[in-house]
Amino acid sequence: MQYIPNILFIIALAAGIGYFTLNIRKIIRNIKLGHQVDASDHTSERWGNVVRIALGQSKMVVRPIPGLLHIIVYVGFIIINIEVLEIIIDGIFGTHRVLSTVLPIGLYNFLIASFEILALLVLVGVILFWTRRNLQKLRRFWANEMKGWPKNDANYILYFEMVLMILFLTMNAADQQLQTLGAAHYVEAGSYPVSQFIVPFLDSFSEATLIAIERGAWWLHILGILVFLNYLYFSKHLHIILAFPNVYFGKVVPKGKFNNLDSVTNEVKMMMDPNVDPFAAPAEGASEAPAKFGASDVMDLSRIQLLSAYTCTECGRCTSECPANITGKKLSPRKIMMDTRDRLEEIGKNIDKNGEFKPDGKQLLDDYITREELWACTTCNACVEACPVSIDPLSIIMDMRQYLVMEQSAAPTELNVAMTNIENNGAPWPYNQMDRLNWKDEN
Amino acid sequence: MAEYMVQGKQPEVLFWVGCAGSFDDRAKKITKAFVKLLNKANVDFAVLGTEESCTGDPAKRAGNEFLFQMQAMTNIEVLNGYEIKKIVTACPHCFNTIKNEYPGLGGNYEIMHHTQFLKSLLEEGRLKVEGGKFKGKRITFHDPCYLGRANGEYEAPRDLLQKLEVELVEMKRCKSRGLCCGAGGAQMFKEPEPGNKDVNVERTEEALETEPKIIAAACPFCNTMMTDGVKAKSAEDSIQVLDVAEMIANAEDL
Repeated sequence: MQYIPNILFIIALAAGIGYFTLNIRKIIRNIKLGHQVDASDHTSERWGNVVRIALGQSKMVVRPIPGLLHIIVYVGFIIINIEVLEIIIDGIFGTHRVLSTVLPIGLYNFLIASFEILALLVLVGVILFWTRRNLQKLRRFWANEMKGWPKNDANYILYFEMVLMILFLTMNAADQQLQTLGAAHYVEAGSYPVSQFIVPFLDSFSEATLIAIERGAWWLHILGILVFLNYLYFSKHLHIILAFPNVYFGKVVPKGKFNNLDSVTNEVKMMMDPNVDPFAAPAEGASEAPAKFGASDVMDLSRIQLLSAYTCTECGRCTSECPANITGKKLSPRKIMMDTRDRLEEIGKNIDKNGEFKPDGKQLLDDYITREELWACTTCNACVEACPVSIDPLSIIMDMRQYLVMEQSAAPTELNVAMTNIENNGAPWPYNQMDRLNWKDEN
Repeated sequence: MAEYMVQGKQPEVLFWVGCAGSFDDRAKKITKAFVKLLNKANVDFAVLGTEESCTGDPAKRAGNEFLFQMQAMTNIEVLNGYEIKKIVTACPHCFNTIKNEYPGLGGNYEIMHHTQFLKSLLEEGRLKVEGGKFKGKRITFHDPCYLGRANGEYEAPRDLLQKLEVELVEMKRCKSRGLCCGAGGAQMFKEPEPGNKDVNVERTEEALETEPKIIAAACPFCNTMMTDGVKAKSAEDSIQVLDVAEMIANAEDL
């Protein structure tokens, strides 16, 4: 009988981690629907970015207030995980505050005290985040694409974190009171700079009630963490894991450098080579259909772009810096990322159901991202610069423009005129190439 | 350039004029101002003239990779044919394309934006810039996206303005957070999508908040957009939009 809690704990832990692993594998499978890109270059610069941008949060503090609040929650999240380690060991082996018997008591007290302070700071940070979203109504949190689920999702995450921190502090407060009462199993350990202020409220409770509170808070805390872990996949919150690989794979060349399509290079080279026989039969084995230019659906995007779609946490810094969005156009770089993820998830579900992807008559272009959005982009790179986790929404816009122009010849009329001019007279305007040097003799 | 080749000479630098600098009446003034400075500093330069063609930037950003690469390879053949090593251009779009996208197609050159080149002339003492008529004037600088964010050059144009001893006032959004003028990504050649404002008007309003006498630009397209913005705000009588090169040339009354 006495092992029932241990067994229940192990089952909960296994179920929590198991289901999470299952979903992570789904994410990996979905990301692999994209085409492979070589990112084996610039290794040291990439690691540097991970340290600076992901670990060091360098881009978060560009906006000091949310940046600072985010650092508090982030540091709190990482450090408090040491406490989760203790909870897991205690849960499996039925011990209580096991680290206090392993670590020097001074260090243990210091750790618990710092967890408590961080928990309080996280609580305050999360409450301020909530007020920014819901009371202050910052524009970037009230954009069109944030209506409904995305808005609720963000708030659920904040509520989760608030509840987890309150449970943690309540657990510690009850523990203190039990230590004072000298209850069995409750070793005297820990230093409680924050939860000591909750203790007076527990004064009148009996030992049994206190044990119930302490155990209740302990269980709810760890179960809450397991539920939260599994909520990640369904929420926009995967950035707490994916930000690191995404920053690693982020752009390491100048932002103005757009990829040159190799498939096009080969064709252009052939066209310009006088030795190519235009009537030559294709070589053996070269019968594969020519690659599609650009992207009309998520399978045409790269794995890095798809990883980015899962990484995006919908903070909207990109959108709030976007000149098109600022001036009331439909384009929102954040929506580009959200649409990409939604479409990828839809395809993932399709695969879950059918074993492989069965065409569903939908695609990313038009069904999710409209042409009007794509053509509003000035390619200014403000969104890329703004993203705290190195997402490049511009690259998706460019790939989709390539599809529109090269596969569908569906550029806006004025652009077709400009491109015809470039083709015929080497300038986007209808001037004669021979007049290029006229400025020399003008005054 | 062909003349240099005939004489078996190599210029110190090739001036890539760009389409705007060649054809647009406003941008031609920038071209001429920059040439005056090159002459003053005794820079031995050449232009491709009628052999120059669009770098392909607007085609590429519009999604026409095919046309871009056709343009790029044609240009690269011409440049490589003349054994060009060093290029300077007054257009950040040409600069970005030649710097970042030509190497992958066989075009490797040392390329500088004209503000970087002028700065190097100053540092070598070949060109002297003094305050002249802009001394103490309130001036704000608009960062071109393809010079700033795209290639990380924020300081060269500002250094030149400092040399003119102007009172440089920054806009709310500047440097890496500078707002686009609205011309990039081939927007220059089409009407904007429906919205509640034009990007250039938004940016001009921001510039006007600094109460400048001059809005300094470093890109022919930004120049056009900001000039139009100033007109839209009916401020063209009190505020000028000038390229940094024009300011230096004007300061000296060249």
